[in-house]
Amino acid sequence: MIHHEPEFPFLTTLVLLPAVGAVLAALVPRSISKEAERRLVQAIGLVTTLLTLALAIWVTVRFRVGDGGYQMTSRHSWAATLGISWHLGVDGISLFLVLLTAVLFPVALTGGAVKQNPRSFVAWMLLLEAGCLGSFLSLDVILFFIFFDLTLVPVYFVIAGWGFGNRSHAATKFFLYTFLGSALMLVAMVALAVIHDSQTGVFTFDLVSLAHTHLSLSDQVLLFLGFTAAFAVKAPVFPFHTWSPDAYAAAPTGGAVALAAIMAKLGTYGIIRFDLTLFPRATVDLAPLLLTLGVAGIVYGAVVACVQRDLKRLVAYSSLGHLGFIVIGIFALSTDGLAGGVLAMVNHGIIIAAIFLLIGWIYERRGTWNVKELKGLQRPAPILAASFTVVMLAAIGLPGLNGFVGEFLILLGTFVAHRWWAVVATAGVVLSALYLLWAYQQAFHGVADEVNAQTRDLSWREGLLIAPLIVLIVLIGVYPKPVLDRITPSVNDLVAHVDRATGAPAAPKIGYRAAAPGRTRRLP
Amino acid sequence: MIHAAYLMVLLPLAGFAVLVVLGRRLGDPWAGWLATLAVAGSFVATCVTYAGLLSRPSGASREVTQNFFTWISAGPLHVHAGILVDPLSMTMALFVSGVSTLIHLYSIGYMKRDRDFPKFFLYLNLFVASMMLLVLGSSLLVTFVGWEGVGLCSYFLIAYWFERPSAASAGKKAFIYNRIGDAGFLLAMFLLFEKTGTLSYRGIFAHASDLSTGVATAACLLLFLAAAGKSAQIPLFPWLPDAMEGPTPVSALIHAATMVTAGVYLLCRMSPVLATAHDAQLVIASVGAATAFVGATIACAQDDIKKVVAFSTVSQLGYMFLAVGTGAYEAAIFLMVAHAFYKGLLFLGSGSVIHGLHDEQDLKRMGGLARYLPLTAVTFASGWFALAGVPPLSGFWAKGDVLDNAFARYPTLWVIGIITAALTAYYSSRLFILAFTGEARWRHSEATGGPAPASTSPAAAAQAAQAASVAAHLGPHEEPHEAPVTMAVPLVVLAVAAFAAGMLSLPWHTGITRPLAWLDPVFGSSLYAAHQSTATKWVLGVVDSLVAFGGIGAAWLLWRRTWRRPALEPDFLRRVWYVNELYDLLIGRPGARLASFASGVIDRRAIDGVVEGVGTATRGAGSALRRLQTGFLRQYALGIVLGIVLLLAFMLTRVWP
Repeated sequence: MIHHEPEFPFLTTLVLLPAVGAVLAALVPRSISKEAERRLVQAIGLVTTLLTLALAIWVTVRFRVGDGGYQMTSRHSWAATLGISWHLGVDGISLFLVLLTAVLFPVALTGGAVKQNPRSFVAWMLLLEAGCLGSFLSLDVILFFIFFDLTLVPVYFVIAGWGFGNRSHAATKFFLYTFLGSALMLVAMVALAVIHDSQTGVFTFDLVSLAHTHLSLSDQVLLFLGFTAAFAVKAPVFPFHTWSPDAYAAAPTGGAVALAAIMAKLGTYGIIRFDLTLFPRATVDLAPLLLTLGVAGIVYGAVVACVQRDLKRLVAYSSLGHLGFIVIGIFALSTDGLAGGVLAMVNHGIIIAAIFLLIGWIYERRGTWNVKELKGLQRPAPILAASFTVVMLAAIGLPGLNGFVGEFLILLGTFVAHRWWAVVATAGVVLSALYLLWAYQQAFHGVADEVNAQTRDLSWREGLLIAPLIVLIVLIGVYPKPVLDRITPSVNDLVAHVDRATGAPAAPKIGYRAAAPGRTRRLP
Repeated sequence: MIHAAYLMVLLPLAGFAVLVVLGRRLGDPWAGWLATLAVAGSFVATCVTYAGLLSRPSGASREVTQNFFTWISAGPLHVHAGILVDPLSMTMALFVSGVSTLIHLYSIGYMKRDRDFPKFFLYLNLFVASMMLLVLGSSLLVTFVGWEGVGLCSYFLIAYWFERPSAASAGKKAFIYNRIGDAGFLLAMFLLFEKTGTLSYRGIFAHASDLSTGVATAACLLLFLAAAGKSAQIPLFPWLPDAMEGPTPVSALIHAATMVTAGVYLLCRMSPVLATAHDAQLVIASVGAATAFVGATIACAQDDIKKVVAFSTVSQLGYMFLAVGTGAYEAAIFLMVAHAFYKGLLFLGSGSVIHGLHDEQDLKRMGGLARYLPLTAVTFASGWFALAGVPPLSGFWAKGDVLDNAFARYPTLWVIGIITAALTAYYSSRLFILAFTGEARWRHSEATGGPAPASTSPAAAAQAAQAASVAAHLGPHEEPHEAPVTMAVPLVVLAVAAFAAGMLSLPWHTGITRPLAWLDPVFGSSLYAAHQSTATKWVLGVVDSLVAFGGIGAAWLLWRRTWRRPALEPDFLRRVWYVNELYDLLIGRPGARLASFASGVIDRRAIDGVVEGVGTATRGAGSALRRLQTGFLRQYALGIVLGIVLLLAFMLTRVWP
C-alpha cells in the first residue's frame, strides 16, 4: 500500500464540502419569503454539489493509473486512546463510486426538487452526500461506521418528510432494519480491534493495520458474518430485501435516487473493502453461501418483478437482481469477476438513477406509478419514451451499453470459478428482459386514452438532466477501458491478497496453456 | 483496398446517427434516401474490400483482422473491437449489404406517408450496421454485439406500429425468444473462454483440436440454442410468424433475407469446432430437418399471404441447418444466399400485393391479380419457381446441394428433406394460384365470409377478426394498382438474382471456377456429396425435379378452380401444431402462477412477515410501543446527527492545519 500525502487534503475537503453546504442550507434565514428561500437553498444545493463534482473529477484526473494502492491518503490521529483515526484514501475500487456519488447528487437534487420545506430537504440530501462520500473514502473501520450510520438519518427524514403512501412505516422499517445490521457490525469491529490489540499491543481501528491480524478460521467466520449482516441488509442481498420495495416506493424521487443508486452500493462496497480485506479465508469458505444468495436474488427478484404493477416496486425487485449479479461477481474472487462487480456497481448506480428520475417525471405528469393506468405514452412523449428505452436496454444488459460490460465480466469470472451458479445466473438475463419489456409495453405502447394523450414530453431542463446519464451509459458501454484500467490494479491486489491468505488461487486458471501439461479439464 | 473495411459498418452507423439528430427535419422521403445512400455506400465499401481480398493469393493472406481499440480488458480477458475480413465474412457482407440496399430503396415507396417515416429508416440503418458487425466481428463477443443489435432492431421494427397491441406483443415475443437463445450464446462463450483463454475466432480455432469432445459438443449445442432462437428453429420458432406484424420490408430484410440466417452463419463460422462434435452435428441436422418439415406443413394451411411466406422461411432455415449438421457448410451458405434473393423477392412481392390492395393480406380475398399487377406477378413467379425448386432456378441448385449431402450422410433425414421439398412446391404454388390467378375475389365482399382467418395467437385472431369486420379494403370500383418505381426496381433485380443465383455453385466443372469455391479454404472441402458418382448426382437431381413438378401439379389441380378446401387446411396446421397453446400451458401459466405465489406468499407473508413480525413483537413486548411511535425514533435519529456533527467539528479542529 503506497501512502501519498498531497499538499492539499483533497479527500477531506471532498467529504466536508457537502457537509458545509448542508449547514449553510440549514442556516438560511427564515425571514425571507418562501419563494426566495426555495431559490436560495436550491442554489446552495446545486453549487455545493457541483463544487463537489468538480473536486471529484479533479481527484479522478489526479488518480495514478496502474497503481492499485490507496492514493491521496490523509491520516490524522483523532481519538488516539480509542485507536480511531481520520484516515481517508481512494483506490480503484472506491474511485468511481466517489465519482458516481458526485455526479448523481446534483442530478437528484435538481431532478427531484421538492416544493414543501426545501430548506430541510436540501440540507438532508447534502448531509447524505457527505455520509456516502465519507463511507467510500474511510480507511478506518470506526470512521466508516460513523459515516455508514450517518447516511441512515437523512434518508429516514427524507422518506418520512417528503415521501408517498405509507411513508412513516417504510422509513421506520428501513431505519430499524439497517440499524440492526450495523449494530452487529460495530460489535464485530470492536472484537476485531481487541483481538488485534492482544496480538500486537496496539489498539487501533485502522483498516490497513487490522488486515494483518491473525485470526482463526472460526473467528474469521464469526466476524465476517457480523460485518456482512450490515452489508447484506444495506445492499440489500436476498432475503434481507423486504425493506427496499417499501422504502423505494415511499421515497421521493431524489431520495429514491440516492437510496438505490448510491446507498445500495455501500453494502456491496463494504463487502469488498472489509470482508475481503479483513477475512479472506472466511470469504473463500463462505463464498458458496453468498453466491447462492446472489443467484437467488437474481432469479427471485426477476420472478417477483414480473407481477409488480407499481413501477417503483418493479424497479426495486429488478434492483435486487442486479445486486445479486454484483454479489456473485465479488464472490467469484477472480480479477474479471471482481472488476466486473465494481464496474456493475457504477453501472447500476447510473441506470437506476436514470430510471427513478424518469418514472418520477412520469408521476409528476400522470400522478401514478401503476403501469395499468399508463398507456401509449410513446406517441405524446417520444423523447421520454426514447430515454426510457435506452435506460431499460442498459438494465437488460444490451451490449454496447454499460450494463453489459459489468454483467459479462461477472458471469465470465463466475463461470470459470463456480460454473453452475453462473449457469443459473445467466437465466436472469432472459428474465430481466421479460418484465422490463412488459412494463414498457404497458406504459408506452398501445393507443393513449384521453388522459395519457395529454402527457407532456420531457422539458429542456429534464432533458439536460437525463442526457449526461445517457451519455455515460453509452460511453461506458462502448469504451469502458479508462474505467477498467483504474479498477483492475486494485482488484488484482485484492485478489492476490485473498489468494495469499488462503494459500491457493480461489479461481482456477484459464485456458489450456495455463493448465497442467498433458491434462485437460473436461465437462463433468 | 482492405484498410477501408471499417466503412462497411461505419457508414450505416453514421446514417443512424444522422437520422437520430436530423431525421425529423429531413422527413419523407429525404430521410429514406439518406438511409439508402448510407447502406449503398456500405455495399460499395464491401465490393471494394471484396475485390481487394480477391486480388490476394488464396490461403492465409485472405484472412485479415483489423482491430480498432481494446473494448473490454480485465484479468485474463482481452477483447478488441475488431473485424475479421475473410471469404466467409465477405460473402455474408456482400449479400447483406446488397439486399439491404434494395430493400431500403423499396421501403421509400412502401413507407410513403407513414407518420414515423424517418424513425423507420433510423431503425433500418441501425439494423444494417448491427448485421454487418455480426458477420464481420473478429471474435465471438463482437459478433454477439451485432447479434443483440439485430435482435433489438427486430424488436423495434416488429413493434413499429406500436399502437396495435398485436404488434407490440409480437415485438416483445421476438425479443424474449431471442433472449433464451442468447443465454446459450453467453454460456458457449464462457465455456470456450475457460478452455481456450480467448474469444477471438482465430484464437479459438487454434485450440479447436485441443478441445475435448465433450466441451466441443456442449459449446456447439449452446451455440445452436442461440442459433435456434435467432433463426427460428424448433423449439424457438413461434416468434417468427408473429413477427409479420412488422412492415413488409422489415419481413423481407430481417425476417427472411438477413437476420434469421445469422444462426446459420454463426455455426458455419464455428465450423472448426463443430467439425469435432459429431453428436452436435446429428442434433443440428435432425432439428433442422424436423423444422423444415413442420414449417412446410404449416405453410400449406395459412391464409395470410405473409404467414405462408414466414413459415416457408422457417422451413427453408431448417434446410440450412440440415446442411450445417451434415457438414456441408458451403451448401448452407449457397442456400442462404439463394434464399435471401427469392424469399426477399417473395416478401417484397407480397408487399406489393398488400400495397396494391390497400392492406389486404388474406389470400382468400385475393385472386386474379396477375391482370392488375403484371410486374409483381412475373417477378413473383420467379421467386415461386425458385422456392419450389424448379430447374434451372437458384432454389433447385441450392436445395439440391443440401439434399445431396444429406443423402450421403444421413439418408433418413434426406427422406424428410425430399418430402418437405414436395410440400414446398405445393404450398408455394397454392400461394401463387390463390393470389394471382382465378376469380378476383376482392371485388365481392361475400368472399370475406370464408373460414376464419388463420392465426398463431389469440391476439392475432382477434385482430384478424376485427379486420374482417371492417368493410372491404377496396371500394367496388377501385382496382389494385401497380407499385411505384422505387418498389419495382428491387423486385426486378431480385427476380433476376433469384433466377440466376444457381450459377454461384453449379455442380459440374465448366472450366470456370465456381464463385462459391472461394469458401473452400474456410471450410476445407469436406463435402460428403463430393464422393458421389455422377450417376447418383443425376438420379438425385431428377428426383428433386420430379418432386418439384409433382408438388406444383398437385397444387394446380387442387386450387385452380376453388379457393375453399377446408379438408386440406386442418385446424392442427392452421393453429401451428398448437405450439403456442402448448407453451402457454407448460410454461406461461405455471410461470405466472409461480410469480404470483413468490410475490404474494413468499415475499409478503413469509420473508417480510418475519421481518414485520419481529418488529411488531418487539414493539408489543415493551412499553416502547408508544414512545417509538411518538417520536422516540425521531429523537434518536436526531441524536445521531447531533453527535456526528459534534464529532466532525472536533475533527475539523484536529485535521485542518
